[in-house]
Amino acid sequence: MLIPLSHYLVVSAMLLVIGIFGIFMNRKNIIVIMMSIELILLAANLNFVAFSGALHDMVGQVFTMFVLTVAAAESAIGLAILVIYFRNRGSIEVEDVTLMKG
Amino acid sequence: MTDFYALLPSLVLGVGGMVLLLGGVLNKKTDTTPAVTFGAVVLLLIAALLNLTAPDGMLFHGLFTTSLFTRFADTLVYIGAIAALILSVDFNKREKIARFEYPILVLFAVLGMIAMISASDMMSLYLGFELQSLALYICAALARDNLRSTEAGLKYFVLGALASGLLVYGISLVYGFAGTTSFTALANVFQKGADTGTIAGVVFVLVGLAFKVSAAPFHMWAPDVYEGAPTSVTALFATAPKAAAMALFLSVMAGPFGHLTDQWEMLIQIIAVLSMVIGGLAAIGQNNIKRLLAYSSISHMGYALMGLAVGTVNGIQASLAYIAIYVVMSFGAFACVVAMRRNGKAVENIDDLAGLSSERPGFAFAFAVFMWSMAGIPPLAGFFAKLYVFATALNAGYDTLTIIGIIVSVISAFYYLRVIKVMYFDRGEPQFDRTSAGAGFVMVIGALATIFFVVVPGPLMAVAGEAAKALMG
Repeated sequence: MLIPLSHYLVVSAMLLVIGIFGIFMNRKNIIVIMMSIELILLAANLNFVAFSGALHDMVGQVFTMFVLTVAAAESAIGLAILVIYFRNRGSIEVEDVTLMKG
Repeated sequence: MTDFYALLPSLVLGVGGMVLLLGGVLNKKTDTTPAVTFGAVVLLLIAALLNLTAPDGMLFHGLFTTSLFTRFADTLVYIGAIAALILSVDFNKREKIARFEYPILVLFAVLGMIAMISASDMMSLYLGFELQSLALYICAALARDNLRSTEAGLKYFVLGALASGLLVYGISLVYGFAGTTSFTALANVFQKGADTGTIAGVVFVLVGLAFKVSAAPFHMWAPDVYEGAPTSVTALFATAPKAAAMALFLSVMAGPFGHLTDQWEMLIQIIAVLSMVIGGLAAIGQNNIKRLLAYSSISHMGYALMGLAVGTVNGIQASLAYIAIYVVMSFGAFACVVAMRRNGKAVENIDDLAGLSSERPGFAFAFAVFMWSMAGIPPLAGFFAKLYVFATALNAGYDTLTIIGIIVSVISAFYYLRVIKVMYFDRGEPQFDRTSAGAGFVMVIGALATIFFVVVPGPLMAVAGEAAKALMG
């Protein structure tokens, strides 16, 4: 049985919404924010692959490869920044990231 | 073979950057920072000169295009990056954050900007966008023992990554509903209009781009990042990436989405108005000069977007001229902020400038010129930038937009003039340290360009007009 395209789109839209809410509603931990960012990128990837299959076009799958690569580089840099932040602040709670305001 | 010449500036930056990186890593005995910085500036100059003579062309099966428009925007990026690097030499040494990696990161960030300006396919757009962003996240956290700088890096990373996530989600929707990622093919598809899925995709792409130019309501990262990052890095953030992101904004909206003007015009107008108003009003209460300049840059982006909202060749021309003048004013103003040092420490409050005019008349005058220019007081360059944008909007019948722009411009003159008032009429002894040659040089160049733009405004407008025509086809 073939899964229709709309099912994929709904799942990816849900992933996107969970990701965005994860960034803005989360008051606890910055690692969770990083995971939420990955979720958003994965939502886009799922879209690309589903569309690629539906359109019989390879561009979407190539794009997914690039997005995956960039996502890996991005989390490496994000974790590196988080480590130096932790060294200075001694905490990675979201509520503590408030030195500058207004 | 001519295609190869179009790519030459990017190749110089990419290969040269890697050679410098090798040199910096392999040579552990001596401090290579000055040599690497010098090398990076030379590479940027070479690339800028090659860029001026580069031919029009389309490479890699339509992923990378060069035209007068890309050359214009690239030149602005080079100017901003070179100025920021010159400012960084002395500042980074005094702040003890002089590392040879910084100029190399700037080189790669510039390479990313060139790639995204020249992109003519969603794929190369995304890769250029990310190359630029990833290099800049690290730059923001350059002072790694400083809590403010690392917090700025963290905030920039989280919000920047969110923006690129939304951008790539939007691209995936556009790809799915239009069936292609190439700009020319997308423009052809959209001639027949677009369905709801595509519109949703366009909106996501627009939000991602608005984040990068820090246009309201997606501006919240800018003040914190500008304040927290080392001033030399802030000087870079306010010039090169702004120009690149704005050029990308123009090329995406006028290129592949050019036939969907009815759908996005309203959004651009809202973003432009919000940016002008929020940038103008929020800056009033600021006492930190970097934060003030951050809000000022938000409102400048609003004015520049007004040209795009008009949507004609003249509108794009006004936008391009605005960005060009903004880049010059901006690096000049940041050269002044970089020079604000007392007893070997950077000071950033506006009150610290009290009495500057009697102690350092030249410095105070240069700072005043940039503030007057940003406020849009004739006959300085900033006045003409605003004049072109307002005139184009008015001619195209956008009365409300123009009136809001003019009102906000008058209100925002308050905080620019406050800086001048503190420098000229408040008592105090700033006792600033001697200004470094690099900062002085950038300051003088910026001030001369801002003052004497009135003598020959023609060439910039003519080139911007040709560039806008090249973009709109």
